[in-house]
Amino acid sequence: MKYLDEFRDRALARPLVAELRKSVTKPLRVMEICGSHTMAIFRNGLRSILPEGYTLISGPGCPVCVTSASHMDAFISMAERPGVRVAIFGDLFRVPGTHGSLANASSRGAKVDIVYSPMDALDLAIRHPEDLIVFLGVGFETTTPGIAATILAAKNRNVKNFTVFSTQKVMPPPLIALLDDPGLKIDGLLCPGHVSSIIGAGAYQPLVDKYHLACVVAGFETTDLLNGLILLARQVGKGEARVENTYQRVVNWEGNLRAARMVDEIFEPADMEWRGLGVIPGSGLAIRPKYADFNAEVRLDITLPEASEAKGCRCGEILKGMSIPTECPLFNTRCTPGNPIGPCMVSSEGTCAAYHKYGMD
Amino acid sequence: MSEKTILLDHGSGGIASQELISTLFLKYLDNPILHSLEDSAIIENQPGRLAFTTDSYVVDPIFFPGGDIGKLAVHGTINDLAMRGARPLCLSLGLILEEGMDMGDLERIIISIGEACKHCGVPIVAGDTKVVPKGKGDKIFINTSGIGIVPDGIDISSKNAKAGDIVILSGTMGDHGITIMTRRAGISVQGKLESDTMPLHTLVQRLLTEIPGGVHTLRDPTRGGVATSLNEIAANSGLSITMEDEALPIRPEVKAACEILGLEPLYLANEGKCLAIVSPDLAERALNIMHSSPEGREAAIIGRLTAGKPGRVVINTPVGGSRVVTPLHGEPLPRIC
Repeated sequence: MKYLDEFRDRALARPLVAELRKSVTKPLRVMEICGSHTMAIFRNGLRSILPEGYTLISGPGCPVCVTSASHMDAFISMAERPGVRVAIFGDLFRVPGTHGSLANASSRGAKVDIVYSPMDALDLAIRHPEDLIVFLGVGFETTTPGIAATILAAKNRNVKNFTVFSTQKVMPPPLIALLDDPGLKIDGLLCPGHVSSIIGAGAYQPLVDKYHLACVVAGFETTDLLNGLILLARQVGKGEARVENTYQRVVNWEGNLRAARMVDEIFEPADMEWRGLGVIPGSGLAIRPKYADFNAEVRLDITLPEASEAKGCRCGEILKGMSIPTECPLFNTRCTPGNPIGPCMVSSEGTCAAYHKYGMD
Repeated sequence: MSEKTILLDHGSGGIASQELISTLFLKYLDNPILHSLEDSAIIENQPGRLAFTTDSYVVDPIFFPGGDIGKLAVHGTINDLAMRGARPLCLSLGLILEEGMDMGDLERIIISIGEACKHCGVPIVAGDTKVVPKGKGDKIFINTSGIGIVPDGIDISSKNAKAGDIVILSGTMGDHGITIMTRRAGISVQGKLESDTMPLHTLVQRLLTEIPGGVHTLRDPTRGGVATSLNEIAANSGLSITMEDEALPIRPEVKAACEILGLEPLYLANEGKCLAIVSPDLAERALNIMHSSPEGREAAIIGRLTAGKPGRVVINTPVGGSRVVTPLHGEPLPRIC
């Protein structure tokens, strides 16, 4: 198969494992930012073969996990309004707000549809002219262009009952917020493959310049990950800090300029609340006033409710890489994938879900 | 059939119900016991112990590549009997229909049930039909219960698995689950995705007669997939199971669709596969029997039982690492990035 088995090939991977061992010449702490990386690392069993001295910390790169409780509460109360039909990506379904989740709301009769693409939500709007469709935009740069394209398509097709509630986030600002925290000691970043395909590997150069961090963009397959980890260890070992891109089949230096233009047409930078990290200036994307007809917050006049996070839940610290799931008193006791309390347990790409699923207890 | 859609009258027990029975059920499912139209079926006493099981089928869509809800309802219950070493004897068929269901669709499903029963050699001997108002159901729900006979000396149970036993999977995983998921998502991939719905009782009979005592446990990994079934076996036997990632049989198109949807084949439903836990000395024989049967051509040894931490399932990855495989929690939902 093209681009699947080749990158998981044992004959290619085994020598890389040996190389990884050789590459660690001094202890290093690396943050894998992206939730898909966290899962792929577990799935490949890479944590079980990491050389001594190599510490991996999971970062804030799971969009569901960093969705604030007040946003979740707003989503849920919106779904319960008559005449509203909410379209979501599946991961959001079971995320707890202050009181219950969209799954609970759905069981009480709220209209909640799981879609695979924002374009599916536009189709829903066409099929259900009696409802106002709200697509819940929860994601990073990877999903934003698709949402922008859908809003443009809705405008072109003159669909009046399609809206988006944007909590879209952008990646570099939260990293800067994290790196400014003196409690977080890391030597390098394993940079996200999908996000980088949009923003380009060059987006990490400012982090290299300001924080002297080793930055390596990597893909999600076995050999991609091993390659990324090796290059990070080599840079740290030599005291170097630069951007390297091992995912050149997908990522270039500048990013996807066409996608960026489309995003810029629809969205403008906004302050955004992150679960566990608080409000980070310029870390979100709001729909421009020009497209207010497609903005659910405007159409439904939504103000974000005050919300508190679950007591004892350490998702905030875990998202910052300052705690690991097994240090949380709720992990695997009150908080499990079947009955999640914190968002990191809900999303299949959340750090707690990964620790649970792959048996790190 | 005079009506083109199902009416509430069809579940009333009156004339319309009678018409449904004579023009559909007796036409396509006929056998002497059913034909008598008595309140219950009388089945002659048979030597051995009785196995009894029930399962309900609510699959959406009701027609899918490789099968339909009717065929699934026959095969699923027959397989549940077979997994205890039972020879399936007969089935009951309960239908809950939604008012307004297309009569042509119902006929297609009943024809399919008739064909599946004939192919399996297991008749429907009792049945019931109810109709619920439009919007209170989803076209058709089916319940089948089944009775089978377990011959003396046969004892198949997850408690019988022993350390050192070999885990054989009778074919590729995830075919049914991914076929349904991609249909629901409206996603098409290159290659052919098809449900694997298939009766396994003939294959099981071969295993039990050709290697007596060799098979300790049988499970059909339906909902929750291979991962969940193996967790159940590990928990019930108090043993560990170690799998080899590279040994898992998966069709390339299933793998590709899983990548797109963010799903793991280990957690996808199968409807025509079994996991056989076999003594190590007879594992090769068991594998050969499977390979020479139409149901098990792609069977593979995927792991073994060990005396490790009770209930734990581990998979060895191609890079030489390992990870724990937990049971499924909730419905498998697609990822978002």
